[in-house]
Amino acid sequence: MQKVEKKQASRSNIKWGVLGILLVLLAGSIFAFPGFYRSFSHGLEGKTGIALPRFEIPDFRLGLDLLGGAHLVYEVDASSVQSSDRADAVAGVRDVIERRVNAFGVGEPLVQTNVSGDIHRVIVELPGVVNVADAIKQIGETPLLEFKEQNPNPLPTLTPEEEARLKKANDDEQKKAKDILLAVRSGKKSFEEYAREFSQDTRTKETGGDLGFIGLSGEPWTRQLYLFASQRGVVGAVAKDILNSEIGFHVVKVEEIKELVGTVSARHILVCYQGIDGCVSERTKEEALAAIQSIRAKATKDNFATLAGERSDDPGSARQGGDLGAITRGQMVKPFEDAAFALPLGAISDPVESPFGFHLIYTYDEKKEKQYRVRHILIDKTTANEISPNLDPWLSTKLSGKQLDRATVEFDQQTGDVQVGLQFDKEGEELFSAITERNVGKPVAIFLDGEVISAPTVQQKITGGTAVITGRFSVGEAKLLAQRLNAGALPLPVSLVSQSTVGPTLGKVSLEKSLFAGLVGFGLVLLFMILYYRLPGLLAGVALLLYAILVLGIFKLVPVTLTLAGIAGFILSLGMAVDANVLIFERIKEELRGGHTFSRAIPLGFERAWTSIRDSNVATLITCAVLYWFGTSVVRGFAVTLTIGVLVSMFSAITVTRILVRYVEPWIKEGTVLVLGSKKPPQI
Amino acid sequence: MIHVVKHKNFWFIFSGALTILSIIAISIWGLKPAIDFTGGTLIEMQFTGVRPEKIVVEEVFQKTKLEHVQLQPLGDSGFLARLPFIDAQKHTELSGNMDGAFRDAWREERFDTIGPSVSKELKTNTAYAIFWAALSITLYIAWAFRRVSEPVKSWKYGISAIIALLHDIIIPTGVFAVLGHFLGMEVDVLFVTALLTIMGFSVHDTIVTFDRIRENLLKRRHDAFETIVEDSINQTIARSINTTLTTLLSLFAVLLFGGEMIRPFALALIIGIGCGAYSSIFLASLLLVQWNRRGK
Repeated sequence: MQKVEKKQASRSNIKWGVLGILLVLLAGSIFAFPGFYRSFSHGLEGKTGIALPRFEIPDFRLGLDLLGGAHLVYEVDASSVQSSDRADAVAGVRDVIERRVNAFGVGEPLVQTNVSGDIHRVIVELPGVVNVADAIKQIGETPLLEFKEQNPNPLPTLTPEEEARLKKANDDEQKKAKDILLAVRSGKKSFEEYAREFSQDTRTKETGGDLGFIGLSGEPWTRQLYLFASQRGVVGAVAKDILNSEIGFHVVKVEEIKELVGTVSARHILVCYQGIDGCVSERTKEEALAAIQSIRAKATKDNFATLAGERSDDPGSARQGGDLGAITRGQMVKPFEDAAFALPLGAISDPVESPFGFHLIYTYDEKKEKQYRVRHILIDKTTANEISPNLDPWLSTKLSGKQLDRATVEFDQQTGDVQVGLQFDKEGEELFSAITERNVGKPVAIFLDGEVISAPTVQQKITGGTAVITGRFSVGEAKLLAQRLNAGALPLPVSLVSQSTVGPTLGKVSLEKSLFAGLVGFGLVLLFMILYYRLPGLLAGVALLLYAILVLGIFKLVPVTLTLAGIAGFILSLGMAVDANVLIFERIKEELRGGHTFSRAIPLGFERAWTSIRDSNVATLITCAVLYWFGTSVVRGFAVTLTIGVLVSMFSAITVTRILVRYVEPWIKEGTVLVLGSKKPPQI
Repeated sequence: MIHVVKHKNFWFIFSGALTILSIIAISIWGLKPAIDFTGGTLIEMQFTGVRPEKIVVEEVFQKTKLEHVQLQPLGDSGFLARLPFIDAQKHTELSGNMDGAFRDAWREERFDTIGPSVSKELKTNTAYAIFWAALSITLYIAWAFRRVSEPVKSWKYGISAIIALLHDIIIPTGVFAVLGHFLGMEVDVLFVTALLTIMGFSVHDTIVTFDRIRENLLKRRHDAFETIVEDSINQTIARSINTTLTTLLSLFAVLLFGGEMIRPFALALIIGIGCGAYSSIFLASLLLVQWNRRGK
């Protein structure tokens, strides 16, 4: 009696075990493949209205070889630093690189240091970066910011040889432009395509050379272009000649002519709110909007100037009754400009939102002019100082990015242009005040990476150590420049010693191929087990499925970065995972041959196979440890997946299979063909 | 029942011949190291539409003043270029020139460049990895067979396992020397990884067989050693073949469907693991028999 009871009790334990396995299987598959669950629960909700719970489930973390991206290894030259301080100095390099990398906002970049012997390295991983060349440029180079003053010495003239070189270079450039003109006029491809291909105007290249409507305002070269268009332009046709402007040679096409407002004269009232640079008011944005609406309700042509004087937060213009004078395009922030130019003459606008706050605009005068919508293809012109460095009209001052304390993005209070504000440190402050003092009435140029970005004329000596760089920045460009300036110079020189880049297409193809290989591998192993071991083989198959799902779940939980080699390791471990089952089943077969009954042979098989299973897996684990220790990231990926695979397989193949085998055991008659593929009676 | 011990000289000659041929192949042709170990650059470029003539692409490299460039067609519409290490500036220049020549009809799918210091370190690390793996596995074998079981001394198990292990890694290396010479297949870090993995497997298989021999030795004190080995082999052969088969099945899936990049790795593992299963039966166990006979 007692024996029967005991057996029943363990039978119910086994049932719980089977239930547990099914639950783990279900939960594991939802975790590993949430896509199926989501679409199922979505469908169910649509049909029956039953809402299944939703879970936040992480995705697999993919390596660069599957995701596409760049792996960069920089070597740090730490020879100038005492060996005891090297680690710190290299960490400093890493921090600067990390700030630079963060400035261009890729998803999850990784920057880490690595030391081997006395070689210090910084490893940068950028997933999903398309333009790696740009990224490398920005990581390795400090933006070189210099302040220069005019060279007071008379410039030497070009030598005849240099004259000849300059002329040759210009002739070549002109010839190139003419060739393009001929090609464009042949009409084989559209103007836009040629512009994309050849134009050296990086700002308009991508839009097919489109400069939009240009008028008489703007830089000297756009004025030259305007005059050229008005004299030679025929709407819809490419001009027969090329334009030789200040900056280069242009192939020009006039798209449209319109009579447009070239200048408007306007007054405005500004209401700013808390959080805007330079705003002293403490009102919230909502309060500001309410305030401007109440002003709008009161405002008329006649009282606008008075209201501006009383209520406007733009102190400069408020004194003049809000008058901004004549405005041309390109002077004001875009929303303001658009509203002002769209406003009928003599009307008062509704509130207009800009980076400064809310504006009311009143236009009291306008001048129309003919404007041309122009496309161009630009070939840059070599200038005299590119030929002869002695011709540099600028002299270095000692002031540079080194004396910079902080850079910020700012908006010009008058024009709304985006600019980068600079705050110098103590030394920079002194240098800057000395420079401005001796250059009153003369220009001081700000150079970025060797090119002038602005050369304002000094009005008076500037103390306080602040300056601004104005240029034609977009907000994004200004932000990037400020971040790069803030990131500072690298404390030690670095060089790129290894680079590995995988395109996103290749990564995707590799991923699909490995997944397919995994499925095929899984299917083959399953098929083999079922064909060879029949029912227990099927049970081992269930254990293998559970194994695969558990391992994939662990990959997500840890998380393990899956690389190509890592997935290969996982597929390999699928084949190995059934190893323990094979050992056990073969052992059970032997015990049967040895004359034991099923109920006895099964526990014996599990028990006696264990030492072999344990010992044989240890060797693989040792190898994995060595691989992890010495390997590169690729090799480590393999070692990690294989290790996880081996450990989980010991659990799944033994525990899971044991529960399943014991569950089906009472259903099996002695000697049935279902079991182990052997119906022979036990031999002795 | 298969009779392994009876034909043991045949198996010794067979294993020995394979090993010697491999050693000859390795010493004549050597292995073809990949850029991991030599330093250098590998560029995979894909073209949309028809693949341009090789010479056209070569001209672009010449224009960029890059020397020692080997171009090799890849797939239906690509090229694989091998060249010495280049810096980022040169790479940008090359991309620019490729853009000039092919515009958007080409794409750089993969760019790997490894400088001399990195490849040197990889070489050192690989040497260390091989050394430590060999040492730790030898120690493990010594530990696994620490209990003396007459009539065979425990160290003899260890030495036999190590000889089988050498056999299992020399043969795939030999095959790669042949493939390197005739097909230009290269040996990279993953190949070494495969070798170390094979070491683990080889021992794994040998241990299972030896375990059984030990067990039978304890149970059947009166039987001849040769009979015991023969029986043990027969008892474990199904297991050895089956586990190797399942592992090989999944590796074949990787070899056939896993893509170009992982293929050599899968191949090395297949050869090595196949050898591992073979040598645990036909080499390691037979060595024990041979040794025991001498010892008497």
